Amino acid sequence: MILSASPLTGSLVAAASWFAIAALALIPARSAFFARHLAFPLGALAGLALAGFGLEAVWLPAAQMTLPLGMPDLPFHLRVDPLAGFFLLLLGSVAAGISVYAGGFFRDETPGRLALIGLQYHVFLASMALVILADDAYLFMVAWETMALSSYFLVTTDHQQPAIRSAGFLYLLIAHLGALAILLCFGVMHGGQGDYSFDALRAAELEPNWATLAFLLAFFGFGAKAGMIPLHVWLPEAHPAAPSPVSALMSGIMIKTAIYGMVRVIYDLIGGVRWEWGMLVLVVGAATTLFGVLYALMQHDLKRLLAYHSVENIGIILLGLGMSMVFIGFGHPAAGILGLIAALYHTLNHAVFKGLLFLGAGSILHSAKLRNLNEMGGLIRGMPKTAFYFLIGALSISALPPLNGFVSEWLTFQTALQAPVLQNGVVRSLLPLFAAVLALAGALTAMCFVKVYGVAFLGRPRQPGHGVAAPAGGHDAGNMERFGMAWLAAGCFVLGLFPAPFLLMLNRVGVSLTGQGLSNEALESNWLWLVPTASAQASYSPVIFLIVIIGVTLLTFLLVRRFYHGRVRFADPWDCGFPAQTPRMQDTADAFGQPIRHVFGPVFLIQRHMPKPDDSAPRFSLKIEDRHWVLLYLPVARLVAYLSSKIGLLQRGRISIYLLYSFLTLIGLLVFVR
Amino acid sequence: MNYAPGIAFQLLQSVFVVLAAPLLVGWVNQCRAWLQNRSAPSIWLPYYTLAKLFHKDAVMARDASPLFRLTPYVLFGCMWLAAGIVPVLATNLPFAPAADIVALVGVFALARVFCALAAMDIGTSFGGLGARREMLVGFLAEPAMLMTLFTAAFISGSTQLTTIVETLAHREFALYPSLAFAAVAFLMVLLAENARIPIDNPATHLELTMVHEALILEYSARHLALIEWAVAIKLFAYMTIGFALFVPWGIAAAGDWAALPVAIVALAAKLAAAGAGLALIEALLAKLRIFMVTEYLSTAFLLAVLGMLIHFLVSA
Repeated sequence: MILSASPLTGSLVAAASWFAIAALALIPARSAFFARHLAFPLGALAGLALAGFGLEAVWLPAAQMTLPLGMPDLPFHLRVDPLAGFFLLLLGSVAAGISVYAGGFFRDETPGRLALIGLQYHVFLASMALVILADDAYLFMVAWETMALSSYFLVTTDHQQPAIRSAGFLYLLIAHLGALAILLCFGVMHGGQGDYSFDALRAAELEPNWATLAFLLAFFGFGAKAGMIPLHVWLPEAHPAAPSPVSALMSGIMIKTAIYGMVRVIYDLIGGVRWEWGMLVLVVGAATTLFGVLYALMQHDLKRLLAYHSVENIGIILLGLGMSMVFIGFGHPAAGILGLIAALYHTLNHAVFKGLLFLGAGSILHSAKLRNLNEMGGLIRGMPKTAFYFLIGALSISALPPLNGFVSEWLTFQTALQAPVLQNGVVRSLLPLFAAVLALAGALTAMCFVKVYGVAFLGRPRQPGHGVAAPAGGHDAGNMERFGMAWLAAGCFVLGLFPAPFLLMLNRVGVSLTGQGLSNEALESNWLWLVPTASAQASYSPVIFLIVIIGVTLLTFLLVRRFYHGRVRFADPWDCGFPAQTPRMQDTADAFGQPIRHVFGPVFLIQRHMPKPDDSAPRFSLKIEDRHWVLLYLPVARLVAYLSSKIGLLQRGRISIYLLYSFLTLIGLLVFVR
Repeated sequence: MNYAPGIAFQLLQSVFVVLAAPLLVGWVNQCRAWLQNRSAPSIWLPYYTLAKLFHKDAVMARDASPLFRLTPYVLFGCMWLAAGIVPVLATNLPFAPAADIVALVGVFALARVFCALAAMDIGTSFGGLGARREMLVGFLAEPAMLMTLFTAAFISGSTQLTTIVETLAHREFALYPSLAFAAVAFLMVLLAENARIPIDNPATHLELTMVHEALILEYSARHLALIEWAVAIKLFAYMTIGFALFVPWGIAAAGDWAALPVAIVALAAKLAAAGAGLALIEALLAKLRIFMVTEYLSTAFLLAVLGMLIHFLVSA
């Protein structure tokens, strides 16, 4: 029945059914069976339906609808256009995998906690769908705040721990700073007409300075949610604090709604993109990318590390967006659309592989009860299936062909290589440097995931008798967990191997936003080839690439077997003449990051305690902190503390003084009233 | 359109590179021995070594995972793939459009990641050390390599090696300052990526200094042979990328059988010169401390960026 509905009605029904599942999750509080085997899989089905409707919406003209809800005279407006359709596809398809996983992951929760998690989880999903569907500032803000609050409650699921409470508070604080900026941005854009529907905002003609102000408010407001530098500090605190499926939702999808908001407001509502804005986005994006990956390399908590990688990937998305804005600002929409496509493609890719990686981290946490990389090791033996899926995610995020991370980075490089068309010489020579930042970040990510994979899954267990690698008591992820991971891993392959249909889809998004699209040659190439501009300029065919690499590898294997032999003897690893080696002598996560500490030392705030030569019980300790805390947040916190202590002077605790305040206020008001 | 000659050329080149790569290594070793006043081993020695290794029984650590056994084949496959993309003997190969220069860098990165993962698989301290250092060199070299390639891509307006070679080979002969900078940067990256002096010493097993050898310490017999062979192909591929970018003359077009002998002779001459040059560099320089690698490769990166900026400034 709903399958024949229009995309807008259909996605509304899907979102509403998430709300319904949220309400249902509360009912049978006695047994966890309902929530685990019914609520979460049903939520996954709703996600699939939403993805289907989103996919359909990309190919249809925009459709609008007004709901008789909300305030009197202020009904909710809904709209779905190709951009919204694309993000609905992202939300639905990734949420489907994560929901199935969640059904397996929460197997040890008490029914009461599970009911609450089920409620918040599905409200969170539904509010994200509404953020994407909203067509007026009012509904947008309501949905945005619902999203922030429901995710806050999910982050503080384990609120008994003080660290998690403070992480949640930090998240709420920065989310509200961002929401405030977005609210102000809508205020600036509507220009005093009193109509906050997006149609009115779109129609309003802003003066250049006001447009720039609106852009800045939108950029920093949404940037706070996306986790761009320097507003990223909540992300590495909040994402690890949440249960793993929630971390996957937040890192995979929620921060993407901020990208949606940015594109919606900057390209659609404000319009008239200027290249100076693009340069700002590029600079912030480059800083975000580098800081994100460098801090990630310093982490030994797996989930914190992944959270810092989310910061990095938001930076990569911003690099694509910034390049797109520069090209559009200079009047080269074809190159601009390519940049937008690269950014949106990476948005989808990151949702898929980061979701997968967080789920993998969750399975490790669940099975081995470990989240500190320095204690892991050899997990591939106890949980080979999780190890396989995690490897796919790790190769994807490291931007290695033929998986999906590579495609979007490749498209971003291709955008940067369009630089010669620009008129401004300085910008023209700066653009390739941002591509170099991307190259550096990609290589650093590869290093980081060699570290993660090598330390966690390979080698030998660092803590004997601890973790799944111990022969007894170890277990791999359960069926539902595995299905969730397999779904996202398949996404990595599909997005990596068949990029051409997605290119066409994103081209449609670009056309709907700017009226321009890619060149005809790019659109006419068949599904095997990815051609961003012209085939003489650049092309890439992941399918042929994969076939050749598998074929050649197999051929080598068969030839070696045919002409030689497959004999193997097993022995102890070579000990270099030192037989007393223990697993603790392997590289830890911290040791693996040591070259980075050496090369990029000034970036980090390092506190190192070296033992003295005559210490009888030498201990080495190393603490690495984010410089942004010290440079930005602590001064602000001190300022606030100082100001409030000064304001505190007003409070004398005597009634006569307060009466005096009232009297003075009255006098002051009389001056105005006259 | 008749694909047959193109595919024949593609197969010919792929097999040729794989078979000829150890010869290049033999030649470099021979030149280096001469420069060091030693009596040189046979130029065919790498082939004998490979044959010997293939015949031996593999010895593997007890807790090696499947990843460890898979890696030599992946590594070899990656390098073979690279040998199919780079225009060694001919341009316009049918497989070339499937991967451009960015994808080529991606192939090398894929090989490196697998190699580093396999090194960490056994869980000895040397493997981790080698993986860490290899990734250090990798993340410094990759941006420099991409910037070098981008300079050529900007000049020819394309990231396809075929188009780049055709554009550069048919320009009038002159010294292009941007390419000169890029060439120096490329040479530096080539030395680093192929574990050559001054970054790494292929002839040493000295524990504190080795990078590449620490990575493959646990491998033996046929796995080691595959890795050594892949390393030889990698050196060959890097050199031919350099020829394609900086001295592209003499290369044939796919399907043009008449030009093939000239292409082979030209390639042999270039490789002989480049191999001798490599041996000379290795004879003259000493190995750098591991943390001087940063400065060395950031110099390469800056040179590549300078080359690119010069191209934008004077369009040459």
